[in-house]
Amino acid sequence: MAAHTPSGTSYVRAQAVAPLPPPLVESGAIGWLRTALFSGPLNIVLTILSGALIVLIVPPLLNFLIFDATWSGADREACLARPDRPVVGACWAFIRERLGYFIYGFYPIAERWRVDAFFVLLTIGIIWLLAPTARRRTLGAIYFFVVMPVLACVLLLGWPAIGLPEVSTTQWGGMLVTVVVSGVGIVFSLPIGIVLALGRRSRMPLVKLFSVIFIEFVRGVPLVTVLFMASVMLPLFVPEQWSPDKLLRALVGVALFASAYMAEVVRAGLQAIPRGQYEGAMAVGLSYWRMMGLIILPQALRVTIPNIVNSYIALFKDTTLVFIVGIFDFLRTIEAARVDPKWATPVTSTTGYAFAAIVYFICCYLMSRYARDMEARLTTTHRR
Amino acid sequence: MDQPTSPPRLRPAKLKTDVAIDIIGMHKWFGDFHVLRDINLRVMGGERIVICGPSGSGKSTMIRCINRLEEHQRGRILIDGMELTGDLRRIDEIRREVGMVFQHFNLFPHLTVLENLTLAPIWVRKMPKKDADDIAMHFLRRVKIPEQAHKYPGQLSGGQQQRVAIARALCMNPKIMLFDEPTSALDPEMVKEVLETMVQLAEDGMTMLVVTHEMGFARQVANRVVFMDEGQIVEVNTPEEFFAHPQHERTKLFLSQILQ
Amino acid sequence: MSRAGADEKPAISPLHDPRWRSAVYQVLLCAVIVFLVYSAVDNAAQNLQRARIASGFDFWHRTAGFDISQTLIDYSTVSTYGRAFWVGLLNTLLVAGLGIIIATIIGFIVGIARLSKNALVSRLAGGYVEVIRNLPLLLQLLFWYNAVLKALPELSDSLVLPGGAFLNNRGLFLPQPVAGAGFSVVPLMFVIGLAGALLFRVWAKRRQERTGLQAPILLATFLLVIGLPLAAFLLSGVPIEFGYPEKGRFNIRGGIEILPEFMALLFGLSIYTAAFIAEVVRAGILAVSHGQTEAAYSLGLRPGQTLRRVVIPQAMRVIVPPLTNQYLNLTKNSSLAVAIGYPDLVQIFAGTVLNQTGQAVEVIAITMAVYLTISLVTSLLMNWYNARIALVER
Repeated sequence: MAAHTPSGTSYVRAQAVAPLPPPLVESGAIGWLRTALFSGPLNIVLTILSGALIVLIVPPLLNFLIFDATWSGADREACLARPDRPVVGACWAFIRERLGYFIYGFYPIAERWRVDAFFVLLTIGIIWLLAPTARRRTLGAIYFFVVMPVLACVLLLGWPAIGLPEVSTTQWGGMLVTVVVSGVGIVFSLPIGIVLALGRRSRMPLVKLFSVIFIEFVRGVPLVTVLFMASVMLPLFVPEQWSPDKLLRALVGVALFASAYMAEVVRAGLQAIPRGQYEGAMAVGLSYWRMMGLIILPQALRVTIPNIVNSYIALFKDTTLVFIVGIFDFLRTIEAARVDPKWATPVTSTTGYAFAAIVYFICCYLMSRYARDMEARLTTTHRR
Repeated sequence: MDQPTSPPRLRPAKLKTDVAIDIIGMHKWFGDFHVLRDINLRVMGGERIVICGPSGSGKSTMIRCINRLEEHQRGRILIDGMELTGDLRRIDEIRREVGMVFQHFNLFPHLTVLENLTLAPIWVRKMPKKDADDIAMHFLRRVKIPEQAHKYPGQLSGGQQQRVAIARALCMNPKIMLFDEPTSALDPEMVKEVLETMVQLAEDGMTMLVVTHEMGFARQVANRVVFMDEGQIVEVNTPEEFFAHPQHERTKLFLSQILQ
Repeated sequence: MSRAGADEKPAISPLHDPRWRSAVYQVLLCAVIVFLVYSAVDNAAQNLQRARIASGFDFWHRTAGFDISQTLIDYSTVSTYGRAFWVGLLNTLLVAGLGIIIATIIGFIVGIARLSKNALVSRLAGGYVEVIRNLPLLLQLLFWYNAVLKALPELSDSLVLPGGAFLNNRGLFLPQPVAGAGFSVVPLMFVIGLAGALLFRVWAKRRQERTGLQAPILLATFLLVIGLPLAAFLLSGVPIEFGYPEKGRFNIRGGIEILPEFMALLFGLSIYTAAFIAEVVRAGILAVSHGQTEAAYSLGLRPGQTLRRVVIPQAMRVIVPPLTNQYLNLTKNSSLAVAIGYPDLVQIFAGTVLNQTGQAVEVIAITMAVYLTISLVTSLLMNWYNARIALVER
């Protein structure tokens, strides 16, 4: 103690203390284990309980999905329990055989390349719009919201004049329908949502009133009822000869529903724009639409991208509800295939649901990861 | 109007021993990072210590170790003769005796100023509400804002909030007060009112440890100035000597930067 | 503006007058909407006439003629459509109400677990949230219904649960408690206990303000509200009997029958919504800055006191609005019942009643009105609550 004279009035350190490694119990794997898992009686109990839960869930799941699974076979026989194989896991042979159905529905096999081409066009559009390093986003937006939908219509519906035979929407199904429904949802809901969001912030009382009524009405009712409305009431509201087909009705319902939610997402983005931006735009003499189009919306949409992606994830999950109005989306094709007598076994249903779960999880998880990364990127650029 | 309602003086609670704080060979790591290295400091009762140093030098971490907001891993810390260990009762006891004021005030936004002040006396000291209110008003008068008692913290200026925070700590009748950069989040015109409150507290004989860059305050009230760098105490001296004849190279460099 | 013209404004051509413009826009918008509504109504009238579908609400009093598998109020095939509506609404409210309770409990546990210092616990909770949120609710409902509950053994091989309950692919059959003689003392004691607990709280608060002495309010409340009725129940000789379900060859008689549809919907909704509630809770707790906890600790407050007096009151302000939103979502999502055949409002009314009467406009309008009313009332309450608890700022 004398060396440091801690209580003396004056002291100067003669020699700097070099940084030391932390005591063993605090560092490395042991330190981590000690603090993270075993730092007290309660913590130890929690660790044991969660460990037990993991042991209860993970090995049976892996056994079912991988180790006991049937990977190939021609029909249900392959996936039935036999004396030499009492425990049967997932019946992947069933998924393998019906994969085409899950992706294309009843789309004619000879024309399936058109669906593949559509998927490619869509992927290009998504990358163009969402890749953080993409150039010329405006052009990308025009492609995604105008060019691609038109091309997709021609490709999928067909145009006999240029040698593409017509394919009725009743033959569409599977992933194609899921992608089309959610895609139409996003392509229409974004522009409509922007208009509604601007309307809700408008100073014109009637415009504001209508926007508020629409948004609150749609957000106040379940999607199921909106789909019911679209499927049974829409045909009533138009002249008989225009009566839309089943898929189109559902598309209208989904687009309206998504627009109301998108409007609120965009409104949040608009509110995040500081007043100074509006004042600056007005000070340089821009008209309302110029101000919105050139200054406000580009900024608002930029900060809103993560939320737009998040509401797209919700929409992607919600498209499963078209199931209820009799449209063969991805989930419905699985639901139909799992009761097919050719593959009916005790594990077929679970296998079908497991496959659907894996597909939905991968899609939604990747999108939400993207939204999170984008959000992190936005906060850092804002801070700078 | 000053004289008749002049704020009553406070007699700080008596320490049991002469040494208020004794830190002996204390080390602390954040993960693998050695933030505090071989800290030795003995603070006598009634002493005012100002701690300064470049940012990241471990000043805040050191005083946060004193009331166990941070845990040290090696060495000993004794508060008024009681050693700080993992014992929860001991920690409670020590926290009751040590008041702390934070850079960002940390007032409770959902409680009024008065409720902020009476929360701990009522629930920790088990005081009747009436007595707690009286004490709270006493200290609000001392920091010269009794009229704000029924407002919410969000309605006060930064300087007022920090004075409420000081009053809140005083309501627990602490023997030692820790200040963690109490003025660095304030607008310049509000720094003075907070420093005045602290000077007054010093004049009443409170044992104080203050992390601050307000060198004027250090000259005026400090018994000793502690200079820290890279997690070590580099130099300790009286304010006169410290500012006039800094010994260590680091200290000289720091002072030349800060006293432009 | 020149001084001479201070009173008279320069004339603006209507084309460039913002007030004129906005008036014109609004009139145009109204015209478009009126036109759309008019043509829709006109088309609907024509289409309905052609299909010979009646309009109006006369059907409400007509006999429904179909059966419903779960009814909370008296209903039979001779009841009216109006009665069927109430059955459906009550079924919706039942599953939503129970779902909200279960989802809240799971959600709070998982949300707090996500913030646990224990790495295993927090990761497990994180995994739950991540998996459940990223799977469509409908898929989860179908899984619970078709792959779990419908895959249970047949009636003849029913699983016998402890306490005389049966579980099979037709549902869960529980013993039905029947109040015996002298049971009425139990609810009476409950009411007395509740009143006593309230009085005790008031007394304890007064005494604490006066003397600073704290009373064990939580323990006393527990003893009075739970302990008192329980003691009365035991002392009066356990006056309760159970109507046990009896397994016959083709069906199970007696007891309480819980439909697999109901169980699947309840599980699915609760588990799904709990994942979202967990995120709400986590965000709410994280919104209370660490400085608040530190300030409370440095004043000598114990962790429990800090939680109760500092963290929770602040976190609840952040949690309650999105939590209510999740409750509304759960209620709206209960309409997915239609996919697994649970007789909720949508399944009975927008499903069966619509098919039988063909009166799409009226039926859908009524169904939507119900959900809309629930949503609007809740958001009005929420606005009132938000205004009340808003932190006062400068």
